[in-house]
Amino acid sequence: MRIATASEIAKKVIQKEPLFILDVRNEETFQDWKIEGEQVVHLNVPYFELLDGAGAIVDQLPKDQEIMVVCAKEGSSIMVAEILEEEGCSAAYLQGGMKAWSEYLEPVKIGDLKSGGELYQFVRLGKGCLSYMIVSGGEAAVVDAVRMTGVFTVFADGLDAKIIHVLDTHLHADHISGGRKLAESTGATYWLPQKDAEEVTFDFASLEEGASITVGSTKIEIQPLYSPGHTIGSTSFIVDDSYLLTGDILFIDSIGRPDLAGLAEDWVGDLRESLYNRYPQLSEDLTVLPAHFMMIKELNENGSVSEKLGALYKQNHGLKIDNEDEFRELVTGNLPPQPNAYQEIRQTNMGKIQPDEEMQREMEIGPNRCAVR
Amino acid sequence: MSTTTFLDAKGLACPMPIVRARKVMKELQTGDILEIHTTDKGSVADLTAWAASGGHDLKEKQQEANVFKFWIQKG
Repeated sequence: MRIATASEIAKKVIQKEPLFILDVRNEETFQDWKIEGEQVVHLNVPYFELLDGAGAIVDQLPKDQEIMVVCAKEGSSIMVAEILEEEGCSAAYLQGGMKAWSEYLEPVKIGDLKSGGELYQFVRLGKGCLSYMIVSGGEAAVVDAVRMTGVFTVFADGLDAKIIHVLDTHLHADHISGGRKLAESTGATYWLPQKDAEEVTFDFASLEEGASITVGSTKIEIQPLYSPGHTIGSTSFIVDDSYLLTGDILFIDSIGRPDLAGLAEDWVGDLRESLYNRYPQLSEDLTVLPAHFMMIKELNENGSVSEKLGALYKQNHGLKIDNEDEFRELVTGNLPPQPNAYQEIRQTNMGKIQPDEEMQREMEIGPNRCAVR
Repeated sequence: MSTTTFLDAKGLACPMPIVRARKVMKELQTGDILEIHTTDKGSVADLTAWAASGGHDLKEKQQEANVFKFWIQKG
């Protein structure tokens, strides 16, 4: 029986390699959230239905392909993989289960910066979160860090860069920000939009439109652009005059939802203003880098998630609704369910509650739901 | 007259609570009740789904501090 890592599965998903997954979690959990990929085929049979052996499902399993057994943490998948091997199947299990999948980050280089330096995206495939690192002249800035902050410190160390700025585009509601922890452990400045941070219990630096933040001796500029709508403080960043980090305002195939931190009705006007008046004044050549993706088909060939702003104004349905009432209806009328524990996640990100790591994991379980399509 | 059998599955991680519950349940008569205590959070959804898939009846569940308690009637 082989042990597979989340990293290995991430590479298969990105390279669109065939993968047969026997997911042995209960049906409801599986339906809510699973490993997705273009070439991923699933069979969902709860482990407790396989305790007498896998005889009943053997004819549903591929003969010439390894079977990747997946469960919540790994315990059940080890047992089922053993049962499968007794049936003569070739089986592997995902080390750490869906917990590990949810926490795995795949770093992808987005590009070199004109002024020297590089921009990296960290793709959290299991949760749809995207974080960023801007590196130049031995310094680094991290944007929308997730709670697995060790990934960023190790990556920066590998590039001999010191993290000096940590920025969040907004107060997140769907996942726990690693921003504060990362800033504390590296001595970096933690930047937040003031309007999202009225209730936070810790010190931060306030992001102001027009007040650029620089990284490295070559002065990579990060220009904050006030773009409310998902939250009242939501701020975008223009990096090196080439990239637009949109946070949860604009995604590749969808737009932000305005209801996770207040009333959708109150913020729909802000969202419209940001998407239909503020962004269109920017260069169409900017590469949009959002804080989330929703579907695996939004991934580019190298696993990155990005698109030119001009292309999004041609393709993204949420940017093509001329009628304001119709837009209002789209973003307030038919919203998907709110993310798991989103109120507690917001409280955590404000520093009001301090759940332990196990609790944080539980709070983040399930898919990301920050968009409306 | 149905009897209640107690199974202490506290401290056990998935899949052991269900592996044990299943073993005990096999020895019981239809109508008998199995009372299980667990601490694994995943066991809540799994025991519920397991009871349903085995045709058993989850009569009651409670949580006291970090302990989850289930009363499942054999079907």
